[in-house]
Amino acid sequence: MKVIVKDGEFDPWKAVSDYQNENIADGKHGGSVTFIGSMRDFNDGVEGISNMYLDHYPGMTEKHIAHVINDAMEKWDVLDALVVHRVGNMRPNDAIVLVAVWSEHRAMAFDACRFIINDLKHRAPFWKREASDDGERWVEGNSIDAVADEHSDFNKH
Amino acid sequence: MKVSVKYFASMRETMGKADDIADLNDGSTVNDLWANVATVPMVENTLIAVNMEYTNVDHVLVDGDEVAFFPPVTGG
Repeated sequence: MKVIVKDGEFDPWKAVSDYQNENIADGKHGGSVTFIGSMRDFNDGVEGISNMYLDHYPGMTEKHIAHVINDAMEKWDVLDALVVHRVGNMRPNDAIVLVAVWSEHRAMAFDACRFIINDLKHRAPFWKREASDDGERWVEGNSIDAVADEHSDFNKH
Repeated sequence: MKVSVKYFASMRETMGKADDIADLNDGSTVNDLWANVATVPMVENTLIAVNMEYTNVDHVLVDGDEVAFFPPVTGG
């Protein structure tokens, strides 16, 4: 299991490929599910978003994500997982987050990947600040409770 | 006792600073800390972490704790 929080561009497809080659034993996984979140140039009725700054709480961010991955690995029979989350300044189309999960069977990988990304969106301490022609604004936050509505299997911790 | 305080995102702008050191009486809670560092009521949806774990305003603090106040998160 690995958590990377980094400032600067990353290639999510290369990150998945490199991690699998280095960490996942040949012939042991039957499925891998990957979620990649990318930056849009529109959000909540605002068009023409030209760049975004992603703030975070260093230390807690990594600790929280590792905790969530451990929860997922206990809940489902997951072989391994990788999360990469970008912080700092970024532009539309840039990858923001990667969640990759490897398991013996597809259902576990789908469920665990969804569980991890839902928690990241609702509980991991990141904050987006968007810039457009209308100026800059902090994106309105996600309710912690809302994650329960998105995934009935979600367990708070 | 002394605790360190961190503010993130819009909370940093509201408070006009990124961090604080607060000198509190033993047995003080997060609520007591807020009263010590802030001049305005805490916004209802404020999230609180003590030593990087989510908690609530009734959490009893001890010397050396790191307390963070921040708005609802927007990662992913």
